[in-house]
Amino acid sequence: MTRIDKKPRNNGEGAAGVAVSVRGLVKHFGDTKALDGVDLDVREGTVLGVLGPNGAGKTTLVRCLSTLLVPDAGTAVVAGYDVVRQPRQLRRTIGLTGQYASVDEKLSGRENLYMIGRLLDLSRKDARSRADELLERFSLTDAGKRLTATYSGGMRRRLDLAASMIGHPAVLYLDEPTTGLDPRTRNEVWDEVRRMVAEGATVLLTTQYMEEAEQLASELTVIDRGRVIANGEVDELKARVGGRTLQIRPTDPEQLGAMARAVAEAGLDGVAGTQVVPDEGVLNVPILSDEQLTAVVGLLGSRGYGIAHIGTHLPSLDEVFLAITGQKTADSQDAARETEEVAA
Amino acid sequence: MSATTTVNAPAQQAPSPPRAAVGSDDARIGLRANLRHIGALARRNMLQIKADPESMFDAVLMPIIFVLLFVYVFGGAMFGAGNRGQYVNYLVPGLMATMGLNIAMAVGTGVNDDFKKGVMDRFRTMPIARSSVLIAKMVVEIGRMLVATTILLIMGFILGLSVSTSVFGLLGAIGLSLVFGASLMWIFILLGLTMKTVQAVQGVAMLVLMPLQFGSSIFAKPTTMPGWLQSFTDYNPLSNLADAGRGLITGGPVAHSALMTLAWSAGITLVTAPLAVAKFRKRT
Repeated sequence: MTRIDKKPRNNGEGAAGVAVSVRGLVKHFGDTKALDGVDLDVREGTVLGVLGPNGAGKTTLVRCLSTLLVPDAGTAVVAGYDVVRQPRQLRRTIGLTGQYASVDEKLSGRENLYMIGRLLDLSRKDARSRADELLERFSLTDAGKRLTATYSGGMRRRLDLAASMIGHPAVLYLDEPTTGLDPRTRNEVWDEVRRMVAEGATVLLTTQYMEEAEQLASELTVIDRGRVIANGEVDELKARVGGRTLQIRPTDPEQLGAMARAVAEAGLDGVAGTQVVPDEGVLNVPILSDEQLTAVVGLLGSRGYGIAHIGTHLPSLDEVFLAITGQKTADSQDAARETEEVAA
Repeated sequence: MSATTTVNAPAQQAPSPPRAAVGSDDARIGLRANLRHIGALARRNMLQIKADPESMFDAVLMPIIFVLLFVYVFGGAMFGAGNRGQYVNYLVPGLMATMGLNIAMAVGTGVNDDFKKGVMDRFRTMPIARSSVLIAKMVVEIGRMLVATTILLIMGFILGLSVSTSVFGLLGAIGLSLVFGASLMWIFILLGLTMKTVQAVQGVAMLVLMPLQFGSSIFAKPTTMPGWLQSFTDYNPLSNLADAGRGLITGGPVAHSALMTLAWSAGITLVTAPLAVAKFRKRT
């Protein structure tokens, strides 16, 4: 039998407004410490992003918090229920959408939702109307009668989100909800998550992408090898890590220096540390907002500099880790850059 | 129909021991809610069959092929070329036991495959008794068993099977084979949850099934077998079931073999059902 060696701390401290409270959570698989003493809090009605590379322990964390795994030590209290001692009550208050869509492929979308409604003790009529309501909301009404096996990846993920919402869960776990999705589908999922949060859901979101965390979360916990290496407000961490970088390739590489001076002299607030990379023939301008991006490009245009190509990129997970810990992530060598291409 | 409810009864009791052992927060899920959950999950299993009708091939074709094969290959050898009808009356009640065994084996592979899917994680995070997922599967599989048994009997009647007792005898034989088949399902569910791959489940199942099926009174009279094998067949529950089926359909002693079958069913269920539920609970 598993021993939990700490008493739950939620009763006195911070019970109000904290939907998920995790203290010293440990889970071992043999010699591997998947979770090595994780602490985190998710405030009610907010999104906490849990950012980390593959193997950081994100999925293990979610599985512990959703009663799929029993932790070896530490406590976790979700919506007032202890994950180890009150799993049944806890299951009534949570929704889980995993990295792999947990819907039945041999059932239609509608039948999947109806089944889950019935398992959540809705009457036949209510289960049916809730299924239709959610199909409508997730733009799946037309596909509702088709077998889920025929759905695209994005449709499945949306159905999965819909399935997690049937019981109006107080806390929603989204475990890498957009991994493996194309950018358009990813945006659809993001829109849905934002909508859920607007309606008051508390979300714990795990992700490998800084961009996703930035888009959805208000607070961020960065984990690596089962440990929390940083946490705080997204803006706070972003300030430490740095925001977007605008990359400009002039038509004439000879003008790089002049362009850098022009940007520096314009004195745009926060636009400091413009770099010239002569080897690549590009200019890197750190920017903090879309307005600044427009201002920089407008300035260069009005001065008559020719631009062949521009693009922006966010710091990759590797760069985030580098900035926070001074070392790269355990598993990735090359930083895959999120590059938003802009037509030249 | 009545047979199905009979089988459900022992299955319902199964979850209580492991639940108490885990010491989690008790039986908050009432009987009615539990039945509703089982209903919703059984519906899922039925819809899966609807989406994949080929999965009914075994239940439909197996009885036809078995009867034809054994009656025409062995019938003449057993009772003389002119007396195949006699072998039909010997064989068909015994084959009812085989149907249960083979469907139960399919449950093992089905469970192994099904429980690797993401939807099981969803079930595990929902406020339902975890045993209800297994029981729903059994309910539908007992239905499949009933289909196989019905087709088997129809084939039997076509080839000359005659019921010399009564309709109640026939129903009793069907009920007994379903009860026993349901208890076998727990073994195979346990196996399906324990083994890593479908192939492993099939491999182990075949190793157990072949000697059990053929080392019984299903296909041939044990009196024609050597002494050591006879003592094996005497204790083989499939012999008990086959003998009870014969007694109930074509007349003859029933009490001992029927009681033995029920005792085996209860014993198997009591041992393997809690283990299977505990295994499902723990499997991650």
